[in-house]
Amino acid sequence: MTTTESSSVAATRGEARRQATADSVYKPKDGLLLEVDDLFVEFHTDDGVAKAINGVSFDLYQGETLAILGESGSGKSVTAQAVMGILDMPPARITGGQVRYCGQDLLTMPDEQRRKTRGPEISMVFQDALSSLNPVFPVGWQIAEMFRQHRGMNKSDAFERAIKLMQRVQIPAAKERVKAYPHQFSGGMRQRIMIAMAIALDPAVLIADEPTTALDVTVQAQIMGLLQELQEERQMGLILITHDLGVVADVADKIAVMYAGRIVERADVYDLYRQPAHPYTKGLLESIPRLDLKGQNLAAIGGLPPNLMRIPPGCAFNPRCRYAQPLCTQDRPELREVLPSREAACHFSEEVLNG
Amino acid sequence: MGKYIVRRLLQMIPVILGATFLIYAMVFALPGDPTAGKCGERPCPPAYVAKFREEHNLNDPLLVQYGKYLGKLAQGDLGTSFYGIPVKEELAKRYVTTGKLALMAVAWETLIGIFAGVLAGIRKGKFIDNLVLVSTLLVISIPVFVIGATLQMFLGVRMGLFPVTVSSQATFYELLLPSFVLASASVAYIARLTRANMVENLRADYVRTAIAKGLTRRRAVGLHTLRNSLIPVVTYIGVDIGALLGGAIVTERIFNIQGVGGFLFRSIGARDGVAVVGTVTALVVVYLFANLLVDLLYGVLDPRISHD
Amino acid sequence: MTEATTIAVGQETHVAEASEGGARSLASDAWRQLKKNPIFWVSVVLIAIFVLMAAVPQLFTSTDPTEAVLKDARMRPNADAWFGRDIQGYDIYARTIYGARASILVGVFTTLGTVILGSALGIIAGFSGGWADTLVSRITDIFLAIPLLLGGILFMATFPNNADSPYIVVVLKVVLALTILGWPSLTRLMRSSVMQVKPNDYVQAARALGASPWRIIRSHILPNAMAPVIVVATINLGVYISVEATLSFLGIGLTPPAISWGVSISDALVALRTTPHILLFPSLFLSLTVLAFIMLGDAVRDAFDPKTR
Repeated sequence: MTTTESSSVAATRGEARRQATADSVYKPKDGLLLEVDDLFVEFHTDDGVAKAINGVSFDLYQGETLAILGESGSGKSVTAQAVMGILDMPPARITGGQVRYCGQDLLTMPDEQRRKTRGPEISMVFQDALSSLNPVFPVGWQIAEMFRQHRGMNKSDAFERAIKLMQRVQIPAAKERVKAYPHQFSGGMRQRIMIAMAIALDPAVLIADEPTTALDVTVQAQIMGLLQELQEERQMGLILITHDLGVVADVADKIAVMYAGRIVERADVYDLYRQPAHPYTKGLLESIPRLDLKGQNLAAIGGLPPNLMRIPPGCAFNPRCRYAQPLCTQDRPELREVLPSREAACHFSEEVLNG
Repeated sequence: MGKYIVRRLLQMIPVILGATFLIYAMVFALPGDPTAGKCGERPCPPAYVAKFREEHNLNDPLLVQYGKYLGKLAQGDLGTSFYGIPVKEELAKRYVTTGKLALMAVAWETLIGIFAGVLAGIRKGKFIDNLVLVSTLLVISIPVFVIGATLQMFLGVRMGLFPVTVSSQATFYELLLPSFVLASASVAYIARLTRANMVENLRADYVRTAIAKGLTRRRAVGLHTLRNSLIPVVTYIGVDIGALLGGAIVTERIFNIQGVGGFLFRSIGARDGVAVVGTVTALVVVYLFANLLVDLLYGVLDPRISHD
Repeated sequence: MTEATTIAVGQETHVAEASEGGARSLASDAWRQLKKNPIFWVSVVLIAIFVLMAAVPQLFTSTDPTEAVLKDARMRPNADAWFGRDIQGYDIYARTIYGARASILVGVFTTLGTVILGSALGIIAGFSGGWADTLVSRITDIFLAIPLLLGGILFMATFPNNADSPYIVVVLKVVLALTILGWPSLTRLMRSSVMQVKPNDYVQAARALGASPWRIIRSHILPNAMAPVIVVATINLGVYISVEATLSFLGIGLTPPAISWGVSISDALVALRTTPHILLFPSLFLSLTVLAFIMLGDAVRDAFDPKTR
């Protein structure tokens, strides 16, 4: 499935959602929900300026799942937080770019208007549900708070809705447990509560930042299944942030691979798995143990990710890259189309693709 | 919960026994003549000394003395003061005054301390934050009797805004300034504690969640952050009651308040051992009960603490 | 699969960034942080001045603090007597300089006493556990039940001073009283510090290798458990100085003819209405000393606790 195909499919699927949010002032055009355009984010600390995001662009359509893949420090979480508008500023500073939701730039929007998009339009699920839920309020109360803040609902109605949501995310005995506190739930159940809270107001975009990293493997699969189910049911645009290639394979439509604050490769999930176009992606794929190659050494990427305060000139990946040439230390490769609807930021993508 | 209270009460018994023994031993068993100074400048006549020692069982071994004292204590008998008035009666009267003073001090702590702390916490690094940090540091550094005497001088004597001394009625208005003086150091501590907790909790993941939920900043800070930040503050206020009761000695002396502290000070001056032991014991017991209350409150405020 | 990917990709971005010339230890990182903190330097300089003042007051003044010029009593600050004279005609500047000794002695000795006693008992309780822990913890509870000032008053009232009690005896009495009442908080702190450090792998490894308990405590537990104790002890030093002055104010700590800030303040309160300058200078010095120790403790705490930065 190519990019254009998936977006047109998404556009037709999107009709259902448009119905659901008829009262919203935000109307996606041709199913296009979110456009991140040349985004730059810096962190100003005592030790210097860390360039966390250096020109990131991507689109998100209704019903589409975009996976953003990268190791910690690659800027994937910062991107999510910038889109969500929950970056701590300072130390963070958005130094360039736009984040358009249904055509409107979120970054220049008045604070109050932007606040009202958080929850009903764009919503987020965090990695660690235990610390992300307030320890001193019952979980039902925290879900109900969405309805009370954004819909002005009274307490008992909001609680009714919270129970329904808890049932929707398959929390057993939801009615009895609505007054329980976060620490009284298991990790998987807590993440379900997080998800219930995030989807409470039927958002068009759901961002899940490492939603399963803190969980057991068996629970991981259940949570991913639930997210996928909800996404199809509501035709949400889902941004899935992860460092784990295994998690995204079954769920994502498109993948953007990030390195040192830039997208280095962008492709349809199957194309990327079959034939990576960037040496970093290739390295990631080779570091996954495979049953058919049992007995061989696992190939790991040598070296460490760059210090964001001193990103190497040229291609940021060049010190760790086995394809690196003198050109790579001088000239920074831009994201370019290397095959139809496949983009990579590498001078030697063709060689990577062929070998 | 009920079980927990019973367990805590049982645990308190050895602590009360130990503390009262310590106090008793310090006053009665150590070298020094307990009748010294009771008969003016001259030593007391042997007949009086003998009677005194008999009355207070001072001829028995220490543990027996203490046991007998404890027996009376259990019946609510704190002994008779130097002036022939039962210590219990004297304390009962004076506890009302000191209680009022301490409660008003707690009110100052809560109102000003928390308000200043929250303000500083949400404006971290700004002018108001530095103002709170510097002024609280100053208040902590200056001894309370200097603060008390100076405020009494300027606000009371010079400007005539507050009464300089407190009558035996100890009215609300009369106690305003003394309670503020008594609370001053604690106000500063609470402001700093609240600030530190606010700063830490503002960085907490659940506050980020609150923002991501689209809550107003007012609600994210004023409800989600504050609710969590106040848990240690409430604990501090409870534990601080001990310090307030001790500090009342100084404040009551400055403002001539007829409270427990004033009585204790007078008894020490008169070398009235019975009155001293009784008063300190009563203060310590109140302090221990306040601590228990705080622990119970902690469980209510923080659902993660379980008292089962 | 998940795990292997994670390992291969490497999560240690920040550590990698930090390792310029090898890993930095907590202590050297804290020291690097301290050096940059102006509050640290201000407090260190202040403390150095006051300690010097306590040790060799003659460096700061050549006036005899016991020389009373009655006719000049209550004189305001002037060229002759920089801080003026008090109600008995003593030179306030000289008396303030000489008064540092009592406060510093009480503060330093009480801190030493409480740290030694408190840490020792805390280590015993935290390291050995079992009945020793129970015993120490219960005794700690009993002592903690008596508020510091209240206990200090009781102790000093039990052992009253005579007019001819030697200076150092009275100082040591105050030190003893505050030590007896001050150690439990440090014991509690040390005990919990030790209990936090004890289960760490490097302690268990040393144990498995047959290191003696004393060696484990000295080379593994103490260095890691000491930081919070040092911070609290530093701040407490200021508190002890303040309590010492309060005891003087109540007339049961140091008393005249001894020279101390507490005594001077207490004397000055009588004349506060007419001559407030008599109160100002000893109070100022006392407060600055307390302030310096609190600031030092705060600075050290901030350096050791990255969260507060």
